[in-house]
Amino acid sequence: MSQLLHTTFVPTTSPSLRRPLTRTAHNPTWALQIHSKIREIFMPALSSTMTEGKIVSWIKSEGEKLSKGDSVVVVESDKADMDVESFYDGYLAAIMVEEGHSVPIGSPIALLAESEDEIAAALAQKTSSSSAITTPNPAPAPAPDSITSDDTPSAITSANVSSRSSVANGAMGSSVHPASEGGKRVVASPYAKKLAKEYGVDLIGLVGSGPNGRIVAKDVEEAAAAKASAGGASEAAKSSTVGAALELGSVVPFTTMQSAVSRNMLESLAVPTFRVGYTITTDALDALYKKIKSKGVTMTAILAKATALALVKHPIVNSSCRDGKSFTYNSSINIAVAVAIDGGLITPVLQDADKIDIYSLSRKWKELVDKARAKQLQPHEYNTGTFTLSNLGMFGVDRFDAILPPGTGAIMAVGASQPTLVGTKDGRIGLKNQMQVNVTADHRVVYGADLAAFLQTLAKIIEDPKDLTL
Amino acid sequence: MQSAISLSLSPSSSITRSDCSVAANAYLCTPRSLRFCGLRRKVFESKSFHSLKVSTRLVPCSRESNFNKVCAALQSNGTPSKGGFDYDLVIIGAGVGGHGAALHAVEKGLKTAIIEGDVIGGTCVNRGCVPSKALLAVSGRMRELQNEHHMKSFGLQVAAAGYDRQGVADHANNLASKIRSNLTNSMKALGVDILTGTGTILGPQKLKFGKGGSGDTFVTAKDIIIATGSVPLVPKGIEVDGKSVITSDHALKLEFVPEWIAIVGSGYIGLEFSDVYTALGSEVTFIEALDQLMPGFDPEIGKLAQRVLINPRKIDYHTGVFASKITPAKDGKPVIIELIDAKTKEPKGTVEVDAALIATGRAPFTQGLGLENINVQTQRGFVPVDERMRVIDANGMLVPHLYCIGDANGKLMLAHAASAQGISVVEQVSGNDHVLNHLSIPAACFTHPEISMVGLTEPQAREKAEKEGFEMSITKTSFKANTKALAENEGEGLAKLIYRPDTGEILGVHIFGMHAADLIHEASNAIAMGTRIQDLKFAVHAHPTLSEVLDELFKSAKVKVNSSSPIAQPVAV
Repeated sequence: MSQLLHTTFVPTTSPSLRRPLTRTAHNPTWALQIHSKIREIFMPALSSTMTEGKIVSWIKSEGEKLSKGDSVVVVESDKADMDVESFYDGYLAAIMVEEGHSVPIGSPIALLAESEDEIAAALAQKTSSSSAITTPNPAPAPAPDSITSDDTPSAITSANVSSRSSVANGAMGSSVHPASEGGKRVVASPYAKKLAKEYGVDLIGLVGSGPNGRIVAKDVEEAAAAKASAGGASEAAKSSTVGAALELGSVVPFTTMQSAVSRNMLESLAVPTFRVGYTITTDALDALYKKIKSKGVTMTAILAKATALALVKHPIVNSSCRDGKSFTYNSSINIAVAVAIDGGLITPVLQDADKIDIYSLSRKWKELVDKARAKQLQPHEYNTGTFTLSNLGMFGVDRFDAILPPGTGAIMAVGASQPTLVGTKDGRIGLKNQMQVNVTADHRVVYGADLAAFLQTLAKIIEDPKDLTL
Repeated sequence: MQSAISLSLSPSSSITRSDCSVAANAYLCTPRSLRFCGLRRKVFESKSFHSLKVSTRLVPCSRESNFNKVCAALQSNGTPSKGGFDYDLVIIGAGVGGHGAALHAVEKGLKTAIIEGDVIGGTCVNRGCVPSKALLAVSGRMRELQNEHHMKSFGLQVAAAGYDRQGVADHANNLASKIRSNLTNSMKALGVDILTGTGTILGPQKLKFGKGGSGDTFVTAKDIIIATGSVPLVPKGIEVDGKSVITSDHALKLEFVPEWIAIVGSGYIGLEFSDVYTALGSEVTFIEALDQLMPGFDPEIGKLAQRVLINPRKIDYHTGVFASKITPAKDGKPVIIELIDAKTKEPKGTVEVDAALIATGRAPFTQGLGLENINVQTQRGFVPVDERMRVIDANGMLVPHLYCIGDANGKLMLAHAASAQGISVVEQVSGNDHVLNHLSIPAACFTHPEISMVGLTEPQAREKAEKEGFEMSITKTSFKANTKALAENEGEGLAKLIYRPDTGEILGVHIFGMHAADLIHEASNAIAMGTRIQDLKFAVHAHPTLSEVLDELFKSAKVKVNSSSPIAQPVAV
């Protein structure tokens, strides 16, 4: 590969540098004379038939130091995935083509800066040269001024080390801390370290739940989830400001997704629906949730599972009316759950929710939500629902009314579980957590008594949830 | 090779890259092997040339089989040739090397005996390649079933795959038993005398065997082959307790699957075990003394292998460090591994894991052979030999009629290399001079996907080309362009050919990809036969097969000479 790639790093500055081989020795004064040495990394030709290449993954990240011979990026050609190596020492200043994108051979894919000081210049060059790049790039911490003026390689190296030490802590191999660090040692399993790197979780603050207090994958996943929800909150705050920034008085056409929602809503008017509500005590459910939350189980999965188990006993509520003349009894119980995503609404489907255990269901749900956010759901993952759940409880909504999605028989709107003063049959007054659910159903196939019986079963399951974890 | 630890063992250690060492540790009668010793004692008693009486302990069926065997011996394992020796050839150690030599010797009409102090089959069959292949077969399937994405791309739906540890362990054990009995039967069928006990050389052409003490039996042989093999190497400072700190011997029994296991050494053995353990749900930490993982492989193959076999899996690693001290788990404490820098020897911290597998290589098993009786000094345990496997004594002189093959000589610690060396020796003692070309011996690592190689690596070839002043070229093909590989959804892979464009000579071939271990033989045979690339280009490969990867590889080579094969007579079809 080396022969092929020898010409891929071409300096973009003075013409004399276009032949990098003329440079013989490292000379600090020489380095000072050159205003900035930023080389473009081009998409290499990895085979004779290759016309364009796809970036499979960046092995190095922006700001990272490169040594000659280090693999920088993995490129997929028409034949193979290959590592592309750097032929210069320096810093990966800017990535111009993100992972998963294809560009023709010879197109610049990244910028390589000679020293850390030039990273900022490279970033400027990147933004000026390619306006197509939209993802914001975190500017690497600039080196202190004293070091900029004192342009010796050793100083740069030490600055580099200090500015990157926090990154290194999350990297692999970090479990080895010199014994001198005393209690600050971090013991984390290899997979936990990998996940931490992936999610950007700092292992130092984590409490391990593995043997001998070791941090295991689950701990990192929980930390990442916590971080994501915190991030989600700030994102929500951001989106509300975005909402305020909407240009008032303007007309904005629907997106594809919004058009689809609109179409479905109109279609639903042709279905004769009715509603039945029920109040369910959730003390036992809350206790169960508390117990298995640490295993990655989510409330959505619990509700989906409870609903699915109730549907097993009431297949009529899982049926639908397709042609106005017949019942369609669905063979599987697929619970669709409404999720608000940026600018729309989608209903990822937990297939066979009655058969899959609660832990797998939770994992599946997480996967579906991630895919939904990335807009990568496959059709069968959002349009095969036989019963829909819509939960606004997390916003404090105590009751609401849902519109029945066409092609299904019923949808259940779930409110918040709230402490409520209730009178019990023995004449006492007690405080219980209760939530209200409200089912909208197609009266052509589901009648009032069917829904009533279904809700009674559901209430029994939720109030005595031991079967949920089987 | 596993690491610098074993690199320091022997000057020839660059080729001690064995997962599969040969011949048994003839002098260790571990409790595990006791029942087999017992079995073979019967065989011996009934078969001994001193007394043909059938032991009363024999059950009728085995009596019958022994009787048959005696007949067979009379038929095929001939009488010793002139010179008054008991045997033409005595082989010490019934591993794969000894077995290969014995079979070839009988074919050559030599009266042959094989001495074994432990179990027939040696390391390879009992504690090496054979049981590990059983575990790897399981891990390959587990990996496939767990890979939802892979299954989905086939349109297959698989519910959560699980495994039963004992079932997996039994599969490995059953396979070893089966291969062991096959090996034993093949020798019995030919009438090779299997002599039980520890073999010791007493002088030229003279040796004894037995359990030691007065019960020993003395025999004479025209030629003697040492094939005693090797044992796992455990560097000092490491305490192996067989439970939490283990060697491959223990790991192959799969007595438990730890949540987190450190593997010391990232060569063949370490890599294969990482494949097994991660497929069964463990997380793995490699500890490698050299600066990069998989040091024995061609760098490019190693890099690709790392991207496929290490990075996406639950594996991390520490390179450039020695495990200076490993303390087994006890009193609720985990296994503690102390690391030091491989060069500066400074402490590099500790790692705490549930188990540690020591895969730092293998040490020759040559103690108690009686080498001092013939003035042979081992070098770090290895028996010094020349290119014809003839043993060299302390004065640098050849010891007549004494040969050493397999792991015990350390030339190339692979089962099939030992067998090839054994056959080479038998050729020589039957009067045909023969020198084995070690560069034609392929090696394979049975990860998923597999890695295989023959000949030189790119840096080795470059060095040779520079020294000898010839031009060297490299060509590569990918599995991604192969129909069969794509049908299997296994497009990840690379085949690399290192050759001389001026002559068309193959210097080395390296393959990483599906069934690489099976694909390498086209290249290794070509090297062994001296077939040139320009001729190989005309060989036809069935379509669609993985073999076309090599077909394409040979065709992509740019050789400056034309095919040398004579114009064949037209064959009517």
